[in-house]
Amino acid sequence: MNASAMNLSTKMLTPQDVSAIKARYPDAFQRSFLKRFSTVLCFAVVAVYMIYVSWFFAIGKVFSEGNWNIAGSYLADWVSYEIRPDIDYRTGEILIEFPRFSPLGAEPDPEWIATERGTVTLIEKKQTASKPSTPSTSGSFMAPGSATGGGELSFMAPDSSATNTGANSSNAPAPDNNAEPQTVTREGINQAEIVFSNTAKVIVTPDIVTVMNGEESLAIDVDPINETVIPRDSLPEWALQKRENEKIFINFGFAGRAEIRAKEVKIMRRFFGWENFFFDTNSPYWGQSFTEVVGNVFSSQRLSENRSNISLLVDNFLNNAEWQHGDVYIKLLQTIVMAFVGTLFAVLIAFPLSFAAARNITLNRFLNQILKRFFDFLRSVDMLIWALFFTRAFGPGPLAGISAIFFTDTGTFGKLYSEALENIDDKQREGVRSVGASPAAVQRFGVVPQVLPVFASQALYFWESNTRSATIIGAVGAGGIGLKLWEAMRTNQDWENVFYMVILILIVVFAFDAVSNALRSRLIGKQQS
Amino acid sequence: MLATQSNNPALHIDADGNYDVDGHFKQLRGQKRLYTILGLGALFIVLFFSLWFANETNSGKFLDRLPHFFDFVGDLIPRDGWEIGRALFDLSSPYFDGSLKFNYPEGRVYITESLYIPEYFYKMIETLNIAILSTLIGFIFGFILCFLAASNLTTERWLRFVVRRFLEILRAFPEIVIAGFFLAIFSLGPIPAIIAVSIHTIGALGKMFYEVVENADMKPDEGLRAAGGNWVERVWFGIVPQIMPNFLSYGLLRLEINVRASTILGAVGAGGIGEVLRLSISRGHEAKTLAIILILFVTIVCVDQLSAYLRKRIVGNQAFEFGA
Repeated sequence: MNASAMNLSTKMLTPQDVSAIKARYPDAFQRSFLKRFSTVLCFAVVAVYMIYVSWFFAIGKVFSEGNWNIAGSYLADWVSYEIRPDIDYRTGEILIEFPRFSPLGAEPDPEWIATERGTVTLIEKKQTASKPSTPSTSGSFMAPGSATGGGELSFMAPDSSATNTGANSSNAPAPDNNAEPQTVTREGINQAEIVFSNTAKVIVTPDIVTVMNGEESLAIDVDPINETVIPRDSLPEWALQKRENEKIFINFGFAGRAEIRAKEVKIMRRFFGWENFFFDTNSPYWGQSFTEVVGNVFSSQRLSENRSNISLLVDNFLNNAEWQHGDVYIKLLQTIVMAFVGTLFAVLIAFPLSFAAARNITLNRFLNQILKRFFDFLRSVDMLIWALFFTRAFGPGPLAGISAIFFTDTGTFGKLYSEALENIDDKQREGVRSVGASPAAVQRFGVVPQVLPVFASQALYFWESNTRSATIIGAVGAGGIGLKLWEAMRTNQDWENVFYMVILILIVVFAFDAVSNALRSRLIGKQQS
Repeated sequence: MLATQSNNPALHIDADGNYDVDGHFKQLRGQKRLYTILGLGALFIVLFFSLWFANETNSGKFLDRLPHFFDFVGDLIPRDGWEIGRALFDLSSPYFDGSLKFNYPEGRVYITESLYIPEYFYKMIETLNIAILSTLIGFIFGFILCFLAASNLTTERWLRFVVRRFLEILRAFPEIVIAGFFLAIFSLGPIPAIIAVSIHTIGALGKMFYEVVENADMKPDEGLRAAGGNWVERVWFGIVPQIMPNFLSYGLLRLEINVRASTILGAVGAGGIGEVLRLSISRGHEAKTLAIILILFVTIVCVDQLSAYLRKRIVGNQAFEFGA
């Protein structure tokens, strides 16, 4: 650029000219060291600080020790759910067990599990205390006493019911020393096929588990008696065995996982979506399509004897055991109310106080200073501290949140309002005073019209931002959706509920943002939005 | 309908053709008063129901609990005034009875054999570092993203739209969820708080930054464009020098907010001073609680004052116009 400019000019710059220019503009050519290298210095300081904090927080170590595998499955939980049947073959016959609160309801019979019946050889141990299990005796564990014909899928042997609750299914029922193993041959399920996707499936028989994933397949010998799991070939990428002869983990990606153990196969089949979002499995509306639900609502036949169908529908929806819609809405409303009432009260208190704190309106330095320091105190004792104190005073709930927001924001508004009052135009006040108005009228007609739009705009801004803060202080016990979010996250199992609440919060925040922006741009002109 | 009728002066001309100014004024004033009363009435009704709802869903009722309003003051009275100092500097207490309550030296963080940082100072430094680091991260990424969101520098509508929505989501996404999610991955510690506060800061600063960029003077940019500068050069030499003061000012303002935010996140399990405060209050350790409140209060006041001073130096009185 410089070169071309010089070529174009008719007169070349001589060295004398250059030094003359340099002498004339010392600021531009010989800037101080700090000014010349300020950018580089800034980067250097930031870099040094970054190195310091990464040492201080041991960032590298924490990141490498992070449980990243879990992160993927937690994230997947936000938008999907798992169904976890156990395929048990310890007795020689295949039993399919679902956990107690399976999303599929009390008697699941999903189409992705296919069973084949045939003769099975069971090694039964005669027990002294209870009768040996026979398929016909046991009803469903989930619905005791329900006489179901198709018991094959829901029954379980009584002595294995302990495995139903936890993952530690290696705790096999203690073998009775006195019992004599007895070989029985009868009809039962001898093969189960669990389909994960078009190309991935697991075929379980009492001695061999075959896993097919795409082109590859893996056969695994399982032996419930010696408790060994031995793959026939070398393991492909999607399978993992941490110790020899122990369980093998199969990963099908999003479609799910499987754990092949010596006595059972744990299936974790993942489905996209939110399970039982509207009605839980106890509701008569569960599993019905939209048209069926509408049809039932308007039909005269009552689903429940003592209430109308529409009230049953609303009740079942709000009290959905898994999603707890009613409770979530109440908590969300609490958060909104906390922000609204807290901000409104803060405005009401700060408004008169700010007149006393503004040094151009109240000509009392002492009072001004006292009030300003008081505002600073309220503001600087963090909202968290107020929230913790008021949770102790009122117990957990929105009253604590309201008080915390009220105390903090009285300070904030007091400061902002008194600063705005100190910057007003004095002419209008003088005008009103010159016609002999009372002091109150001077404030009302000389001051308030100038500051009211700014005050209202700031109040609206804080109302909106407090909706966000109220979510966080809720988690320390100050009521609202924060605590519910925190509880849902702590179990690490309800990430879909967390996502649901996050979506509701986002909707509320965006709606308030839009309303507050629209109102504010009407109040103080377009430049704010 | 009503408004258009009464605003029309032609309707206030009587049979003789005289414009009834006074009547028109009175009507307009009455109408305004009616709207004000209706608005205040609506506000009052909403407020009433809000209060009723808050009271109804609270675990303790307002009137029952009101006498206990200042109970917390009772939690804040130490055995003697020096206890606060002892708790603050981790000196051993004469009341030490083996319990955690008076065991101040336990939390000392030793640097050398005898030199130590008192626990709460260390925790406060931790919280401050969380705030500073996340403000820096937010500043850097907000800086990168804001030029893509500004309508005077990015002509592609879709890119602007995507970046703006992205910043909005980062801003509105509840910090506590991000913190909770990363707490599950990293287990307890300050890293989840850093990530959560950083993400929120990127969104918040990004929005303020692009509004500043949109108000920038475009003449330097034009000059650079005429001289053949590419996009990065135009931004770096034309825009950045004029907006940097405002950016720094907003960054400092954010730092004030982030100190508070990282304290709060600390209280829900992300380390730092917030966590020890919550534990101390719930266990009823008066002197410790007071010491923590004192150190937190002083820190917040210092950060606020320092930031206000720097902002005043950087951008003058503009620093005190609060932005949305």
